[in-house]
Amino acid sequence: MSDILNTDILDTDIVNPVEPILRSDRIPHIWCPGCGIGTTVNSFARALVDSNIDLGSLALVSGIGCTGRVAGYVKLDSFHTTHGRAIPFATGLKLANPKLNVVVYSGDGDLSAIGGNHLIHAARRNIDLKVICVNNLIYAMTGGQTAPTTPDHSTTSTNPYGVFEPSFNLPHLVEAAGAVYVARWTTFHVRQLSRSISEAFKKKGFSFIEVISPCPTLYQRRNKMGDGLDAMKYYKEKSKVRHGAPTGEVGLTMTGEIIVGKFVDRDRPDYETMMRSQFRESLGERFVEQTEMVCS
Amino acid sequence: MPKGRVSIVVERCKACGFCVEFCPSHVLALSSAFNSKGYHPPHVVHPEKCSGCDLCGMYCPDFAICATKVDPAGHPAARTAAQPAGQAAGQTMKKATPAKGGSK
Amino acid sequence: MKTGLQKADPRGVLTGVHFMDGDHACCEGALAAGSRFAAGYPITPSTEVVERFASRVPTVGGTFIQMEDELAASITLQGAVWGGAKAFTVTSGPGFSLMMEHIGYAAMTETPCVFVDVQRGGPSTGLPTLPAQADMMQAKWGSHGDYEIIALCPNSPQECFDLTIKAFNLAEEFRVPVMFMMDECVGHMSEKVVIPPADQIEVVPRRHTHKSIEDYLPYGANGDQVPEMAHAGEGYNFHVTGLTHDERGYPNMTLPVQDKLVRRLQSKIRDAADRIAMFEEEQLDGADVIVVSYGITSRVAQRAIEAARERGLRVGKLRLITAWPFPDKKIRELAAKTKAFVVPELNLGQMVGEVERAAAGQAKTFAVSHAGGGVHNPEDILKVIVEAAR
Repeated sequence: MSDILNTDILDTDIVNPVEPILRSDRIPHIWCPGCGIGTTVNSFARALVDSNIDLGSLALVSGIGCTGRVAGYVKLDSFHTTHGRAIPFATGLKLANPKLNVVVYSGDGDLSAIGGNHLIHAARRNIDLKVICVNNLIYAMTGGQTAPTTPDHSTTSTNPYGVFEPSFNLPHLVEAAGAVYVARWTTFHVRQLSRSISEAFKKKGFSFIEVISPCPTLYQRRNKMGDGLDAMKYYKEKSKVRHGAPTGEVGLTMTGEIIVGKFVDRDRPDYETMMRSQFRESLGERFVEQTEMVCS
Repeated sequence: MPKGRVSIVVERCKACGFCVEFCPSHVLALSSAFNSKGYHPPHVVHPEKCSGCDLCGMYCPDFAICATKVDPAGHPAARTAAQPAGQAAGQTMKKATPAKGGSK
Repeated sequence: MKTGLQKADPRGVLTGVHFMDGDHACCEGALAAGSRFAAGYPITPSTEVVERFASRVPTVGGTFIQMEDELAASITLQGAVWGGAKAFTVTSGPGFSLMMEHIGYAAMTETPCVFVDVQRGGPSTGLPTLPAQADMMQAKWGSHGDYEIIALCPNSPQECFDLTIKAFNLAEEFRVPVMFMMDECVGHMSEKVVIPPADQIEVVPRRHTHKSIEDYLPYGANGDQVPEMAHAGEGYNFHVTGLTHDERGYPNMTLPVQDKLVRRLQSKIRDAADRIAMFEEEQLDGADVIVVSYGITSRVAQRAIEAARERGLRVGKLRLITAWPFPDKKIRELAAKTKAFVVPELNLGQMVGEVERAAAGQAKTFAVSHAGGGVHNPEDILKVIVEAAR
């Protein structure tokens, strides 16, 4: 028989470097054992610490779903919005206060299905947002339904005889729509992910980082793919780092290779820059710069 | 002397095993003991091997473990400037200790 | 109301006497109220509001963005509000339907903002270029769950200007989405619009907190039930969610928290209903029949009322400027003193049900319905007035 662990021994001289980024009073979080979302938040938090971003200027916007809950766990100005609408909410936030660093942190279903239209249009407009898309290949919060990212032949609660519709290749989609920075990692690639997030903060424009993440409860269990740790081992074994890979070639399959790396890193003017230059050109002296909106 | 030291908040742990699997020095094992939610948190089985690389901390989805480098006297090495001191009131990291009774 | 009134920022105020339509007047009202952000999506007959805003706002310092759909527009504006802006969107029937979820989000998160609905004939695509008043119930009840909003109904381009300012002021005072219920006629009708000097326009500033970061509770109710706001980037590290939340803004899906929150969202408006209520009244004392109308229909009803008076009938007029919260108390008081209410509206019976409910059997209620696409023939209203007076 095992005992309940004795937790009374304090080691207060060791502090987790991500603790200042977390709402510690809300943890433990709701995510399942072996879920990778927490690991992505860990990499995100470490990117913030390492890149010395001014946390006061940082706002995080989530949609709905498992990853949508990230907003509630980070000690930042954080917005848990409606299903699919994190990107347009973030667009309003950024345009009203361009000094903010705005991160959109949401899931594959939220961003690419119900929010798919906003995803491509924000990329087209090149709104200066950092989008972190945790892709667990399924609708998890609602019980394991098919997502636009669910690989062919896997089984879901709404495709009980196997998924037969083709899935989205998200890096390809956002590159085609105009994103200036596109990367993909898995939750196995914690350091690379953290570095990618730091890099995205240095870009001005629409940045998109996809993170393949385990969903042991609703994707893997139904597909007999083991637990979270099994998924991590699969990522370790089957991931191939190919920076600059043509995004058309990085589509995912159920058990095949996962191409990871930084696929796109380019520059083009972001929405606000284009807007200002257009107004200056057309209106000349009549153009009035947007000043502080804050109406207190 | 170990180069690093691990710290664990056992009540946050959900026993995914990521830290045990990916620790390059194999410092950790899942304990046979339970936390109050019924999970088996990791414990340190080879403290002398810890390099303080904190890969366990980076992999942990539950913010339940971290490691830090220590000086020869066993004190945590100074962290980066971004590391605030004494943050997170009410949150104390707890040192992993073998469970009472240990692994059986 | 603890928040002190401010004067309008003169940069947004087009002081002078104008000849303009209701859509344009609404835009000028928004600018005068201090709105410097709009998100929109084209839809007849409302688009002129944001077309004018798109033209005007770069010259006063602000942003208009045309979004990919109304779902986006109705949440983009809320992002802007949390970034510090006073913001609005403009739409009509089908677009208004798409915005419903975000009206609920604004109510739940207490995001002050204005939704302008220039009503056209429905259901569905219906009559894109023709008037109706059939979104009145949708404005109140369209999003799921229990919540309260405020809705105003202008009946002239001048009111489109004046009441848009009022709509923003109410949104800020109560931290609530305000529905600005125009109709195609009012939107496209051109009349004289007088825009006063900025120092004669009163503007309600945001209920911004003065508390320290340590003391601030994002959803802590004050005495008057309206929490204080902070904006992103100010260091408050607050959390906003559409989930049921506690005073810290943290999700808390327990029955006591749900009960406390949803009741406060309702009572902060209902308790202030008398203060929010605005009417135009005429000859209500001793009236046998009271015509209750709003928006464009009130102008048609005026002719019927006058014709009835010429026939010797004692007819009063009550024009609802505030449609929601419904002025129960006013109707109840009048019901005790009159024989009947006549309610003409460009729908098959929406606000008339509210009049009947508030009258609670003390006075009869007559609907004068119209399926929309035009306005009533005053004769049709007159006939019902005559019948009601018997």
